[in-house]
Amino acid sequence: MIEVDAVSKHFGDFMALDRVSLSIGQGKLVALLGPSGSGKTTLLRILAGLEQPDLGRIRLGGVDATGLGARDRRIGFVFQHYALFRHMNIAANIAFGLKVRKGPQRLNSAMIDEKVNTLLDLVQLGGLAGRYPSQLSGGQRQRVALARALAVEPRLLLLDEPFGALDAQVRKDLRRWLRRLHDEMGLTGVFVTHDQEEALEVADEVVVMNKGRIEQIGTPSEIYDSPATPFVYRFLGNVNAVACNVSGGNARIEGLHVAGGTVDGRGTAFIRPHDVELLELSPDLPQATVRLVTVLGPLVRAEVVLPDGTALESELTRDQKDRLDLRRGQEVSIFLRKAKVFVGDGA
Amino acid sequence: MNNQAIREPALVRWTLTILALAFLALFLALPLMAVLVEAFAKGWNAYLRALSTDVTLSSIRLTLIVAAISVPLNIAFGLSASWAIAKFDFGGKSLLISLIELPFSVSPVISGLIYVLLFGLQGLLGPWLVENDLRVIFAVPGIVLATIFVTFPFVARELIPLMEEQGREEEEAALTLGASGLRTFWLVTLPNVRWGLFYGVLLCNARAMGEFGAVSVVSGHIRGLTNTMPLHVEILYNEYDFVGAFAVASLLALLALVTLAAKTALEWWHRDELVATGH
Repeated sequence: MIEVDAVSKHFGDFMALDRVSLSIGQGKLVALLGPSGSGKTTLLRILAGLEQPDLGRIRLGGVDATGLGARDRRIGFVFQHYALFRHMNIAANIAFGLKVRKGPQRLNSAMIDEKVNTLLDLVQLGGLAGRYPSQLSGGQRQRVALARALAVEPRLLLLDEPFGALDAQVRKDLRRWLRRLHDEMGLTGVFVTHDQEEALEVADEVVVMNKGRIEQIGTPSEIYDSPATPFVYRFLGNVNAVACNVSGGNARIEGLHVAGGTVDGRGTAFIRPHDVELLELSPDLPQATVRLVTVLGPLVRAEVVLPDGTALESELTRDQKDRLDLRRGQEVSIFLRKAKVFVGDGA
Repeated sequence: MNNQAIREPALVRWTLTILALAFLALFLALPLMAVLVEAFAKGWNAYLRALSTDVTLSSIRLTLIVAAISVPLNIAFGLSASWAIAKFDFGGKSLLISLIELPFSVSPVISGLIYVLLFGLQGLLGPWLVENDLRVIFAVPGIVLATIFVTFPFVARELIPLMEEQGREEEEAALTLGASGLRTFWLVTLPNVRWGLFYGVLLCNARAMGEFGAVSVVSGHIRGLTNTMPLHVEILYNEYDFVGAFAVASLLALLALVTLAAKTALEWWHRDELVATGH
């Protein structure tokens, strides 16, 4: 169990973390998700002991570790640009943590060699022990960095934008591999990402951060299906944000009624594009005009305009598009499957 | 090299090559030749005799002593300054960087003079030194101090850009893997900069042995006691002992050539590693 208790950190005038609290359960893989400057990397570095918080405490397994230096925390850190030791070959990189160890836990050199070999196999780099980091591809370096961090059997593994510097295909393979590895080894891990797809696919739990604060903590489906704040709505996937008037628990958007809203007055309704259903023209339902139809592989994105000029984005399947024979300028009826209303302008 | 677009006509290429070679010949090869020709003007035996006089031998000894003290001190200073500048944030960092550059922008004569003003009889610390019977100016300590002053940018200037480019992530990685600060320095930081450090030391050493201006001001030119090789060359020359002057000068020239050769040889021997480690 790793606990972050009301941690604050600022750099000059910039508030990187503002009273952030979080607890990470044993064996969980947690994603810190947020735009750049949201404080996620700072939080990761504070967990590792590479940065000291101005306020607040860090507890590892119930013991206060706030004052503990990075070298005594037994927390593995995989850097965004891997930070492999460039003058050492791959085997020496992986063995580093074992060789600098002192006292009775120090392994003899035969045991170190054996462990390095096991790790090389684990990260599927068996034949490359003698290579130097500059002779490896990005994905291979990433796996070396991971093996090096795992060698010291950390109680927590931290990864800073682990897939950020890789190209799309390698990235996909590597994140599935990381997830499998995590499940097999039963590690506790935290990784930083600004890619929502990555967070939703890999993590058990997602922590959405913005401007040094935590916006929401939840499982990927909780985060995606019931965002707690307008920020989370906007940050995870596409969303229509429509200004509306709320009265008596109902939000009115030109001809559309949406349940929701607790405070009367101005509000903003958030509707995911796939919750905007387009139907054959029907007198019982509000109308809209199709302004744009874009085919994106199996998906179709359509932009429709309500009579008052409000634009909505809709996502439908190829099938639905063909059945409606959707085209520009066409009149359709629309139905909102789901929407969430927040008070105010939703910024 | 096979790129047609960047190929120049043969005439242009030859003109440029010949121009560069002629320039080198005129300003480097010719003077070097002159040194050797003059040194051996009266034959091999005269050359050896000129080198083996007591005062010449003592100037060589002094030069070696001065280099042996100032180079290690500058390695220590250069390493710690560049380590501090590249890996940590602290107030006054830019001031420190400018100060390191200072000896390059100050005339060597002024560099010598400040030590006279500090440690000379009329200087700031002069009376105290006299009271305690310590000699700095017109003695070996002064020469060492002046040499350290003129040579201290060499190591630091070589290392600072290198260390800044390498960043501090590797050190942080070592730390999270359980290495102490000292071990991180020995196992990660130092090996990463060893080539830069080596070049810096070579340049620093060449300058330490060859420095004239600053040393001239503080030395007092006492024969057999406070004359380094460059100072000794001047004295011999002024006394019309051309063979002696050029014989000592040829040793200094040899030092420069050996320095160059050592640098080239090391680069060549370790070319694979240099490529692999991104130097």
